[in-house]
Amino acid sequence: MKDRSVSTPTEPAEGPAPDNPQPSRPAEPIAAVPVRYPERWVAAGVVLVLAAMFVHMLFTNDAFNWPFMWENMFSEPVLRGVGVTLSATVLSMIIGILLGILLAVMRLSGNPVLVTVSWLYTWFFRGVPRLVLAVLFGNLAILYSTIHIGLPFDNYWMPLLGLEGDARFFEIDVRTVLSGYMAGLLALSLSEGAYMAEIIRAGLQSVNKGQTEAAQALGMSRGKILRRITLPQAMRVVIPPTGNETIAMLKDTALLAYVPVTIELFYQLQAIGTSTYQIFPMLVAACLWYLAATSVLMVGQYFIERRFNPEQRGARIRTVGGAH
Amino acid sequence: MSEKNEAVIETTEGAELPSDALVVAENVHKSFGRLEVLKGIDLEVRRGEVMCVVGPSGSGKSTFLRCINHLEKLTAGRLWVNGELMGFRQKRGRLYELRDHEIAAQRSDIGMVFQRFNLFPHLTALGNIIEAPVQVNRVPKAEATERGRELLERVGLPDKADFYPEQLSGGQQQRVAIARALAMEPSLMLFDEPTSALDPELVGEVLDVMRDLARNGMTMIVVTHEMGFAREVGDSLVFMDDGAIVESGSPVEVLNDPQHERTQAFLSKVLF
Repeated sequence: MKDRSVSTPTEPAEGPAPDNPQPSRPAEPIAAVPVRYPERWVAAGVVLVLAAMFVHMLFTNDAFNWPFMWENMFSEPVLRGVGVTLSATVLSMIIGILLGILLAVMRLSGNPVLVTVSWLYTWFFRGVPRLVLAVLFGNLAILYSTIHIGLPFDNYWMPLLGLEGDARFFEIDVRTVLSGYMAGLLALSLSEGAYMAEIIRAGLQSVNKGQTEAAQALGMSRGKILRRITLPQAMRVVIPPTGNETIAMLKDTALLAYVPVTIELFYQLQAIGTSTYQIFPMLVAACLWYLAATSVLMVGQYFIERRFNPEQRGARIRTVGGAH
Repeated sequence: MSEKNEAVIETTEGAELPSDALVVAENVHKSFGRLEVLKGIDLEVRRGEVMCVVGPSGSGKSTFLRCINHLEKLTAGRLWVNGELMGFRQKRGRLYELRDHEIAAQRSDIGMVFQRFNLFPHLTALGNIIEAPVQVNRVPKAEATERGRELLERVGLPDKADFYPEQLSGGQQQRVAIARALAMEPSLMLFDEPTSALDPELVGEVLDVMRDLARNGMTMIVVTHEMGFAREVGDSLVFMDDGAIVESGSPVEVLNDPQHERTQAFLSKVLF
C-alpha cells in the first residue's frame, strides 16, 4: 500500500516537460520592426490637453474655494457625520446579509408560503427606489404612533370568547424608537436584504449537489450542512457582489439626508454649504469623503476576495511547490 | 428470503439467520415521476460480505445504492440496515417518515463513496476526514485529528493531510473520500462506481484500498464495472438490468457461467 502510493504516477504530467527528443538546432532570435500606432498617440495627446484644462480649472475657478473646503471638511459635525455614514453602512449590511440568508433559505425551502413571501419581499424592495423607501420610512410614524406587542387580532377574537380587555402586553411609542436614524437604517437594511437574498441564493445554488449528498451520507443534519458545507462554498460566489453591495451601500447612506437624518455626513456638508453660501466647496467635500471611504473599501474587497477564492489559494501553494 | 422474486438466485448461500444479515431489501421500488427505476429488489447482505453489483448503465444500480442510505426515498418496499428500517418508523401498522436528524443518525453508520469523490473543496484532506466525526459525533478535535492521520496513512496518503482536494490526483481524492467515510466507523460501506471517473492508471490504487478494507472484514456493497475486482474480492455478485436483479451468486459462477441471456449479453461486451 504505502510503497504503491509513493510511486503513484500522478506527478509526471505536472512536472517539467521531458527533454525534446529531436536534436535542437541553433535558432536566430526574431528582430522585426514592431507595428506603430500613430493615431493612438494623437488621441492620447488630445486627452492630455483636456486633462490639463480640467486641472487648470480646479486651481483657477474661485467657486471651488479650496481653503474654505479644507477648513470645514474636518469640522466636528462633519467628522461625526462620517462616523454616522460608516456605522449606517456596517449595520445595514450586517442586517441585510442576515436577512438575505433568511430570505434565500426561505426561497429554497420548498414550502409554498415561505417561497411566496420571500419572493414578494424581494419583489417589493427591489422594485421601490431606495430614496423613496428612505422618505417612506421617515414618515412611518404617520401609520403607527404606537406599537403594541401582544397576540394578533385580539380585538376580534377576545369578544368572541367572551373575554374582556385586550391581549396586549406592552406598547412602544414609535416616535421615540423610530428616530430618523433608525428609520433610515431600517429602510436601507430591508432594501439590502432583498438584494443580498438574490446574491446568496445564487451562491447556494452554485454549490454542486454532490456536496450536500456527501454531507448527508456522513450523517450531517440539514442545518449543519448549510453552515459547514454549503454556505462556506457559496462564499466564493457571494463575496465579490457583496463587496460591491457594501460600496454601493456606503454611497446610499447619503439618502439618509432625505429621511431626514440630520447628523448624517451629506446632510451636514449641505447644511454648512447653504448656511455659508459656499454650496459648491461642500459638495466637492462630499465627493472627496465618499471617494476616500469607498477607496478604503475597495482595497479591503481585494484582500477578502483573494482570501475566499480557493483557486487563487491553490495557485499560491502550487507556485511554492514549483509545479505549473 | 426472496420467494417473491424468482429471478433472485441465492444471494446469501442459504444463510437463514436474520441476525447475520446487515442489509435486507424487500421488494424495493423506486420511481422518478412516471419512470420506474427499481422494480422490486430483494436481497440480503451478510456482515463482512462484499457484494458487487454490476449491470449496464441505467439499470438502477446506483439508485438502489442510494436507496440504502436513504439519499433516495423508496416508493415501495422496505429496507433494513442493521435491523433498523431505513427512513421510516413503523407504528401500529402505519409508516411515519423519520425526521431529518433521525435519518442523519441512521446514515452516520453507513459510509458512502461517490463516483465523483465529492470531497469538500474548502477543506483540506484532513479537514474533510475530521469534519463529520467532530460535527456529528462530537469527537474532540485532537482525537479526530489523530485518528484522521491514521486513516490517511491507511489509504497511503500520510503526507497529504494539508493538501486541498484540487491539489490531489483523482485517485488520491478518492482515497481521501474513502478515509472520510471510514472516519465515522461505519458498519457498512457503499461504493458507487468508485473508479469510473479515474484515469486508467489511477484505478489500481483505489482498488488496493478497497481490497484492504474487504480483507479487514468490512461489509461492502460495490457498484462497479471492474469485473476483475468483483471476481477477486467479491463474496457475491448481483447482475442488475432494467431495475431488477437478473442473476446473482458467487462472482466466479456468474462471471464464468452466466445463466441468463441478458447477463451473457452484458458480459460479452465487457472487457476483463
